[in-house]
Amino acid sequence: MEILVQNIFNALQWGSFYALIALGYTLVYGVLLLINFAHGDIFMVGAYIAFFLTTFFLGEYGVIAPDSLAGVTILMLAVPLTMILTSMVGVTLERVAYRPLRDKGAHRLYVVITALMCGLILENGNLALLGASRKKFPELLEKTVWTFGNVSVTNLKVMVIFAALLVFLFLQFVVTRTKTGMAMRAISYDKFAIPLMGIPINNIIVFTFILGSGFAGLAGLLFAMSYPILEPYMGALIGWKAFIAAVVGGIGDIRGAFLGGFLLAFVEIGVVAVFPSTLRDLMAFSVLLIILWWKPTGLFGIAKTTKI
Amino acid sequence: MQKHSFKLLLFVFSLGLILAAHFQFIDQYVITVIMLMGINIILSSSLNVVNGYMGEFSCGHAGFMCVGAYVSSVLSVILFTKDRIFGAPLLAPDLSLFLFPGVILIGGLVAALAGLLVALPSFKTRGDYLAIITIAANYIIISGIENLDIIGGPRGFQGMKRVINAMEDRLDIPWMLLWVVLGTIFSVWVIRRFVASTYGKGIIAICQDEVAAEIMSVNTNKMKVAAFMLSSGLAGIAGGLFAHVYGYVNPQSFNILKSTECLVMVYLGGMASLPGSVLSAVIFTLLIEALRFVIPELNALAHHLRVIPESYEIGQVWKWVIIPLILILTMQFRPEGLMGARELGDFFPFLKRFYRNRTTE
Repeated sequence: MEILVQNIFNALQWGSFYALIALGYTLVYGVLLLINFAHGDIFMVGAYIAFFLTTFFLGEYGVIAPDSLAGVTILMLAVPLTMILTSMVGVTLERVAYRPLRDKGAHRLYVVITALMCGLILENGNLALLGASRKKFPELLEKTVWTFGNVSVTNLKVMVIFAALLVFLFLQFVVTRTKTGMAMRAISYDKFAIPLMGIPINNIIVFTFILGSGFAGLAGLLFAMSYPILEPYMGALIGWKAFIAAVVGGIGDIRGAFLGGFLLAFVEIGVVAVFPSTLRDLMAFSVLLIILWWKPTGLFGIAKTTKI
Repeated sequence: MQKHSFKLLLFVFSLGLILAAHFQFIDQYVITVIMLMGINIILSSSLNVVNGYMGEFSCGHAGFMCVGAYVSSVLSVILFTKDRIFGAPLLAPDLSLFLFPGVILIGGLVAALAGLLVALPSFKTRGDYLAIITIAANYIIISGIENLDIIGGPRGFQGMKRVINAMEDRLDIPWMLLWVVLGTIFSVWVIRRFVASTYGKGIIAICQDEVAAEIMSVNTNKMKVAAFMLSSGLAGIAGGLFAHVYGYVNPQSFNILKSTECLVMVYLGGMASLPGSVLSAVIFTLLIEALRFVIPELNALAHHLRVIPESYEIGQVWKWVIIPLILILTMQFRPEGLMGARELGDFFPFLKRFYRNRTTE
């Protein structure tokens, strides 16, 4: 029983990362009908930006005196700065790589391939510029462990789960109750009628990328705090899995992305708890394929009918 | 004579290549690059059948290559060599000469069956969803093989060099080059015949408008299964040849990076263009090898012009930044690829006489 509760906590924390990345995929897909394959690598870039910010505030580049800022202060500064800087990376990507193709009216396939290649450039560019040695993320918070019987929970785990929940509630609010959110949902219904209604499509798309990349950056910071080794390819596998999780949940729907992320995490933790851990990826992907086979549009997705 | 002049040219060229390799006019490095070129040609043209002619978006091609590589490697090691795990060879090593094509073909057949994994979900899904299914299939195949400890798992599998040595003991010619050349010619011929047949017309119809094709009596399910199985079968053949060229095979060499290479080759060459994918495979292989020499020169130049700091060296990893960049630029400025959806005859009108005598065109 206690093992079950412990595993549930672990799955909730692990799922928070998948959920935060998955909703970036879902937001962009809902608005642009584009699978932004570079999103997992934006997560990786966010983690590295967080690393450089925290080492800067800890005084390793000589600008700020070491030990002059408390860990919590650094965290308070790092969270918004990471999110802003990562959003800038996402928006730059959109502006440089996706918008020219969209303006030309290029087929969606070409934009997807461009996204895939941008992801590769981010990964390999990181490897080329920063080298192959891994970076260690510095400790910011004192770890406090709360134990209930045999179940142990750290404050970091609780923080991660709360962050994911807050982000979900914030996004639900933005998408359902603000005008910009209404515009985002409108674009996913009919892209050509929206400019006729006086809505500036490009601004809405930039806003979508800001949201998606910002939360990927937050996920990167939290991931770096939980698993403090950073390497250039860390975003690749997590990105693919979060993407599949978003699709299983129903891409284009925020609740679907969150549900998909947590579902994937529960499947993975469940598999590792019962079977040998090398089978984790195999069984996780197989379960997702079976769910897609049974319900091709995902759990929350709506089947789109195309007129002949 | 005119009708057969292309086949004669191909025969003379291949013979010349093998003789040059046998008498060592070209060294081992060039031979390996040529073999890699042949394997890339098979990969890109087989992926072109699904991604180009049929218009799907399959991102997991390396998974079928992996299946073919492992099946043919394990089979040839069991049959023809003495191995630590599998014991004495089941057949005389001398027979490896005659049965090697059979082993490669069996690898291709098993890969074609694995292609059913991707073909069946494609009945219900299109476009982006199929991309996910193929990526997941790629990961499942790699992960599945990594968990099979009897064939080495993540440590890889080796022993194929002894099969090649057995062949060379019988008759000393560059066997692997011969098999790769034969495999390439066979694959391109099969794809050409497939595309020019009723099946080919069917899959092009599916690409243009699936519902209309179904109404016009195209059995879309049968066509899709045939196309996917052909594509993955040929990828399996390429995998088998790849494994025997290097003598060592490892599941991680068939991961998403390899699939991406195949995608780059197809889209660079032009969707639905067989000469395009052959051409882009050749160019891509040459580009990778050329970058091997160009990057150190670039590094020396950059240091000489003091553009970069002294301590930083431009390493070979920049290759994997330059190649995706090339494809991005292709997508921006020439998205239809090198040859679009056209054949060689549109670029070089004098070649049109080779097409004149064909019955189906």
